Amino acid sequence: MRFSFFHLMPYSAVDLDAIEHTAWIKFSNSNYDPKEGHKLYNRYLDELEFADKLGFDGICVNEHHQTAYGIMPQPSVLAGALSRRTKSAKICVLGRALPLTENPLSIAEEYAMIDNVTGGRLIAGFVRGIGCEYHSYMVNPSSSLAKFHEAHDLILQAWTQPGPTTFEGKYYRFQYVNMWPRPYQEPHPPIWIPSQGSSETKDWASHPDRKYTMLMTFSPIKNVVRNMNAYADKCLEYGYKCQPDQLGWALPLYVAETDEKAIEEARPHIQNFFNKFVLAPTEYRMPPGYSSINSYKMILENKMKFREQFLSIEMLMENGMFICGSPSTVVEKLEAYQAEMGYGNLVIMGQFGTLDHEHTKKSMQLFAEDVMPKLRHIGEPDAVAAE
Amino acid sequence: MADHKAETLNINGCSIELRRGGSGPPLMFLHGAGGVSTWAPYLDALADRFDVIVPSHPGFGSSDDPDWLDTISDMAYFYLDFIEELGLKDIHLVGNSLGGWIASEIAIRNAERLKTLTLVSAAGINVVGVPMGDIFLWSNEEAARKMFFNQDIAEQRIALAAEMTDEQKDIQLKNYFTTGKLSWNPRFHNPDLIKWLHRIKIPTMLIWGENDKIFPPAYGKAFREAIVGSELRIIPECGHLPHQEKLEEFLAGVKDITSKN
Repeated sequence: MRFSFFHLMPYSAVDLDAIEHTAWIKFSNSNYDPKEGHKLYNRYLDELEFADKLGFDGICVNEHHQTAYGIMPQPSVLAGALSRRTKSAKICVLGRALPLTENPLSIAEEYAMIDNVTGGRLIAGFVRGIGCEYHSYMVNPSSSLAKFHEAHDLILQAWTQPGPTTFEGKYYRFQYVNMWPRPYQEPHPPIWIPSQGSSETKDWASHPDRKYTMLMTFSPIKNVVRNMNAYADKCLEYGYKCQPDQLGWALPLYVAETDEKAIEEARPHIQNFFNKFVLAPTEYRMPPGYSSINSYKMILENKMKFREQFLSIEMLMENGMFICGSPSTVVEKLEAYQAEMGYGNLVIMGQFGTLDHEHTKKSMQLFAEDVMPKLRHIGEPDAVAAE
Repeated sequence: MADHKAETLNINGCSIELRRGGSGPPLMFLHGAGGVSTWAPYLDALADRFDVIVPSHPGFGSSDDPDWLDTISDMAYFYLDFIEELGLKDIHLVGNSLGGWIASEIAIRNAERLKTLTLVSAAGINVVGVPMGDIFLWSNEEAARKMFFNQDIAEQRIALAAEMTDEQKDIQLKNYFTTGKLSWNPRFHNPDLIKWLHRIKIPTMLIWGENDKIFPPAYGKAFREAIVGSELRIIPECGHLPHQEKLEEFLAGVKDITSKN
């Protein structure tokens, strides 16, 4: 099993009462105080560096725009800062939103630079970006999926084909693709696809030409199980056995000395996360064309209804959207889930909502010392496949 | 109610849902983002004097959603084909909102077969400093309330929406998706259109609701300035859909521009 520590970098200094309707798109940045921001960026980077020292295999950042939910609109800036301050953890950018940029080669360049500086410690995440970003960046959601695929093809071409080459797509056209630097890792950095589990993504990521790691993010456990199993089934359909490192699960997680203490300490912060920072009306999350009409209807039915109610810590734990407890409880749960799903990557979001620095560090340390060692041996690749 | 029929046409491989009724000179009505799903009272009223031709645009209603459809420019060229295919001449072209944008784009390209143009709360241009309403952030209820000045009509619409069949909901989503595709960015306009509106030399009527929350009356004024000789009528106590909210005033506008020409 590989363990990564993920940071969303919420603007936790926000006045929670100011978030009435949503923390996205139009939630005024007059609610942002740069002096607090300065402290938070440095605190959060300290936490990511601490994860490296604790022996996490990866440290992760990601991209969101114009929101108190996460203040990393340009995650590669922070990945760059981490490149020189950490020594062993992989640096995972989960991910850059390919369709949001006019020129995907800039993402290929950022990633290649981080990979060179770190001597091959980059994990390259590719996402489409959630629906809200399409309002904030005015990128047409109806071309999101097509642009994602085209941008991916362009980046892979830039990374793997000796330049100069040409690229002629519908959305991107280049006479000279000839990227300096080339990535450090051969043939290219590992690619992870954070996903909510659409069937198109599973079919595409699991294809034998790619075998990209599908990282299920912030989903109820029944969706996570269903999607990981479907991914593995798809691999079999393609004629090979899915390896644990092709599957990842990302979720908020909190460890304390006892179950009771863990729940008590995490309660306000995880509830703030799901009921304040995540808050966005359907129209914000689901711009037209972002998904197919059928997926749109399904998401509307399943996910949006669930999110319309106040989510208590008990509901979140019951739905498997949050794991919380003593080290032994957490080990037990993760072991059982791993047996069911076969994932080889666990990505924990150890800071969530308004959780303070001291509790974040305490939970990280307990996880690294009392949970990780007990789970190391599971979720390893098959000996045969490794040969 | 005037005789009308619904049929399906094939234009260069694209299947189009068409409603047609009434008799008289041809009047082609180009619908807005919400599509046209019934032979509505405003169509019926127009049918007293005109051969009313109401296609569902490609990507709307039960018309095909063709691969070639990317922009309003594609839509305009499609309709030039459509007009030729149907052999229409001396058309009174009427367009509301998104349909008004399409009508403008048709008219700057080729107005030979057009007799008059009526734009009702038309999209297509941007007025700097006068923000459009962002329909893509509105819920269906919010949209209904902002679409009409008369809130009784808005409440009726909301009540009707609750009774929609699954099939109607699917069409509503299809219309919404195609609207997004055509008008996300630049939002509901083509920056090039304003440069060429002077090419419209046929008699043009502009009908606007005083209380239009999507394209405020400043948009109507900008169209009037760009289209030489056009007439702008701003209807008091009226939202984005004058043909639905103020039928008499809408009909008077169409009558005045068409009977003089």
